[in-house]
Amino acid sequence: MSSQSSSSVEKRDIVALEGVTKRFPGIVANDSINLSIRPGEVHVLLGENGAGKSTLIGMLSGLQQPDEGRILVDGRPTPITSPRHALALGIGTVFQHMMLVPTLTVAENLLLGGSWWQRPRTEELEARVAEITSSLGITVKLHAKVSELSLGEQQQVEIVRAMVRNSRLLILDESTSMLTPKGIEELGALMRRLVEKGLAIVFITHKLKEAAAFGDRISVLKLGRKVGEIPPERFRALGEQEIISEIVELMFGKQKDDPEAAERPIRTVQAQAAPLLQVADLAVAATDNAPGLSSISFDIRPGEILGIAGIDGNGQKQLAEALAGQRTATSGSVRLEGAPIEGLSVGERRQRGLRYLTDDRLGEGTVGTFPVSINFFLKQVGAAPFWRGGVEQRAEIDRRAAELVREYDVRTPSLKTPVARLSGGNIQKVLLARELAEGAKVVIFNKPTYGLDLANTLASRQRIRDTAARGLAVLLISTDLEELLSMCDRIAVIANGALVGTVANADDARTKVGRLMIGLAA
Amino acid sequence: MSIDTAPSASATALDATSGAATRRDILHRLLMTIGPILAALVIAGCILLAVGVDPLAYYGYVLEKGLFSPLGIQQTLTRMAPLLFLAAGLIVAFRAGMWNLGGDGQFLLGAVTAAASAPVFVEIMPAWLALICSFLIAMVVAMVWSLVPALLRAYQGVNEIITTLMMTFLGTSFANVLVKLAFRDPSTTVPQTRTLPVEDRLPRLFDTTITSGLVLGLATIIIVHLVMTRTAFGLKLRIVGANPRAAVHAGLGVPGLTIAVFAISAGLAGLAGAVDIIGVQGNVRADWNPAYGLAVIPAVFLARMNGFAAIGFVFLLSVLSIGGESAARRLGVPNHFTLVLVSIVLIVLALAEYVDHRFNQSRKA
Repeated sequence: MSSQSSSSVEKRDIVALEGVTKRFPGIVANDSINLSIRPGEVHVLLGENGAGKSTLIGMLSGLQQPDEGRILVDGRPTPITSPRHALALGIGTVFQHMMLVPTLTVAENLLLGGSWWQRPRTEELEARVAEITSSLGITVKLHAKVSELSLGEQQQVEIVRAMVRNSRLLILDESTSMLTPKGIEELGALMRRLVEKGLAIVFITHKLKEAAAFGDRISVLKLGRKVGEIPPERFRALGEQEIISEIVELMFGKQKDDPEAAERPIRTVQAQAAPLLQVADLAVAATDNAPGLSSISFDIRPGEILGIAGIDGNGQKQLAEALAGQRTATSGSVRLEGAPIEGLSVGERRQRGLRYLTDDRLGEGTVGTFPVSINFFLKQVGAAPFWRGGVEQRAEIDRRAAELVREYDVRTPSLKTPVARLSGGNIQKVLLARELAEGAKVVIFNKPTYGLDLANTLASRQRIRDTAARGLAVLLISTDLEELLSMCDRIAVIANGALVGTVANADDARTKVGRLMIGLAA
Repeated sequence: MSIDTAPSASATALDATSGAATRRDILHRLLMTIGPILAALVIAGCILLAVGVDPLAYYGYVLEKGLFSPLGIQQTLTRMAPLLFLAAGLIVAFRAGMWNLGGDGQFLLGAVTAAASAPVFVEIMPAWLALICSFLIAMVVAMVWSLVPALLRAYQGVNEIITTLMMTFLGTSFANVLVKLAFRDPSTTVPQTRTLPVEDRLPRLFDTTITSGLVLGLATIIIVHLVMTRTAFGLKLRIVGANPRAAVHAGLGVPGLTIAVFAISAGLAGLAGAVDIIGVQGNVRADWNPAYGLAVIPAVFLARMNGFAAIGFVFLLSVLSIGGESAARRLGVPNHFTLVLVSIVLIVLALAEYVDHRFNQSRKA
C-alpha cells in the first residue's frame, strides 16, 4: 500500500477542519469539530442520524458556511463559498440521493456544468472516462440513459463524474444505504483502488460493519460533537470485532468528563399499581419512507419512566405518532387507565390525558409565524376559557400565556413574538408547558433534549423527572443512551420497528442495551 | 392588530418596547406598499410614452372618470360590490394556504344560476324572498363546483392550483352552454337569460346609481376578516395554512377544514356573481366573462390578505378599471392596459419585497 511508504509532504492534509461550529435556529449541528482528511486514506465518519454528518458534508461541499472555526485546504484557510468553488478546489461529493438527471444519458450527465457557450466536448470526455474506468477496473455505459441503470451503476457514474472533474477528495454520503450487499462490496473495492491512486475519501455511514471493513481512519460524531477518532495505526492493529466494540464504546459509552452524566435516581415505583398505559400488539404498516411497527407491547405504571432506546429511524417516530393518534395502527390495542383509546382521534386522546411532545419542534410542534401566546394553546383551539362561543378571548389567552411564560421560564421578548424567533430551548419550554398543563396522565417525550444546549438539556430532564414524580406515566424516546440511563426505570430497545428487548435499569443496563442496539442478544 | 397584554407586571415589562416598534413597523409597511405603486406608475408611464401617449393625460382621465366625476365614482363603487365578495372568498382560501384560482368559473356559474332563477322566483314569491333564494342557489351551485378540487386536495393531496384552474375553464364554458341552451330567453334574438326587471333588483343607495350590493360586499369582507382573525374557526384555518403538519399534530380535522375552505371560498365567488346580476346587470349574455376573479387576486395579495386593506385595494382596482376603460377609449390605448398597470405594480412590489428581505438579512449578518 502506497500510504505506508509515503513521505510526510504527501501526508499533509488535503482538507482540515479546525474548531468548526455550525448552528441552526435552535440547534447546534456541529460543535467545534476538528478533522483531518489525508490522501490515500478512507476517512469514515460515523454517527447516527442527527449526529451532524450531513451538516459537515454541507460545509465541505460549499452548501453551507461554518459559523465558527475554519476550513484549511492544502494548509491554507479557505472559505468554501459554493458547490462550484468546492469542485474547483477538488472536492467532489456523491450525495445520499442520486443527483443525476434520469432522462439524460450518462455522457450528457457528465457534460452538465460545462460552459454554456461551448459545444459539449464529447470525444474528449469519452477518452477521459475510458482512461479513468480502465484504471479503476469498472465499466460505464456512456450512452445508456441514467434511468436504465441500477443504483450501483448510477453511483459509479457519480464517482466517475467526480473523477472527470479532477477531484482530489471524494465525499461519499451514506452511499451504501441503497445498495445491495454485492453492490456494497464492489463499492468497498472501488474505494480501495481510489485511495491507492492517492485520492482522499470521506465515507459517511452509520453501519459499523462497513466502517470497520472499508475504513483507514474513523471519526465518531455524536449529537454534533466529535467524540472520538481511531487513527490508521490503531486501526490496523485491531481486528474487526475489536474495532466494532471500540466504536460502540465511543458511540454509546460513558465519557469521563461528561457533565450531563448524572447518577441514576432511586425512585420507588409501586409495582402493584395498575398500569396507566397498556399497549398490546400494536402494529403499523410501513410506508415508502418510514419503517412500520410490529407487535409492540408494553405497560407503564404511574410514576414510571419507560425508555425507548435504539438507533434513530427504527420506528421511534412511528411509535410515538401511533400512540398519539397521528398515524393509523393496523392492529393492536392501546389502553389508557384501562379504557381502550385506539379508536379515538388525536384530540380525543389528548382530552383523556395522553400528551405527545414531538421532536420536530418547528416542523409540527409549533406554527413558527404565530405568536408565542397562541402556540401555547394550539391544541386547545376553541376550548373555554380561551375561546367563548368560538370567539377568541385575547385577554384570557394573554393572562394564561404570561403565567406559563413565568412558570416555565420561557425567555421571550414578548408574548407576541413569533415562536420561531426563540431559541430551541425556549421553543421546547413552550411545548413542555403546553403538554404538561392540567389534565396530563401519560406523556410521550420524543427526543426531548435533541439539539438543546447543556442548561436546557438539564432543565428539560428535570421537568421529565418531575412529571414522573407527580405520578404520571412517561414514555421517553431517545437516541441518547446516557439520557435514558440517567432517567428511566426500564429501557426497551427498538430495532426495525419491533421491541427487541426490555432491560431493567440496573448496573449492567448499559452493556445490555448497547448490545441489543447493534443487534446482539443481551 | 395589536394584542393588548394582560395587566400582569411581567407581561407589561415584556412589551415595554413594542409600541414604538409597532409604529415603525406600520410606517415601514406603508412605505413598502406605496413606494412600489408610485414606481410602477412611473414605469407604466414610460410604456405609455413609448407608444406615444401622454401618461399624465392618461392618469388624468383615469382619475377624472374613475374618481372625480359623480357618475364615474358611482360606477366605481358599484363595480366594487362583486369584487369585494370575490376578495372575501380569496382571503379565506389564501389564509388557509389553499390557492383557489377557480374564482371565475365559480363566479359565472353563480351569476348564471342567479340570472336564471331570480326572474322565475319574483313571479311566485315576494321580491325580497326571491332575491334571497337566488343568492342561496347561486352560492350552493358554486360550492358544488368546488367540490372536485376540494375532495382531490383533501384526500389525495392533488395540487388545487391546477384543479381549480381546470375547473374554471370548464365552469365558464358550462355557464355559456347553460345560457345558450337551458336558460335562454325565447323573446330575444341574442342569446341571453331572461332579464330581471329593474324594480326587482337590489335597491340602489339613496338617489344614486350605486347598488346596495356594495353594502353587502363591505359587510361580507369585514365579517370574513373578523372570522379569520378573531375566532377559533379562523385560527384553525390559519394553522392549516401556516403549517399543515402542525394542524395534524394538534388534532385538527384537516380534510374537513379543507373542504370547508373551498366551500366558503367558492360560495362567496358564487355570491359575487349573484350580486353582480341581481344588483346591476339583470341578465347574463352569452360569452359574458368579466374575469373579475383573476383581477382581484393581485389586490388581495397587495393587501396581504387583510380584509380592511383589501377594501382599499379593491377600490383602487375599481377606479383603475372604470377610469381605465374611459381613458383607453379617449386616448386609443388598448382597454387591457389596466391589467398591464396592475401587473407592473405586482412585479415592482415583489422586487421591493425581495430587496427588503435581502437588506434585512445582510443587516442581521
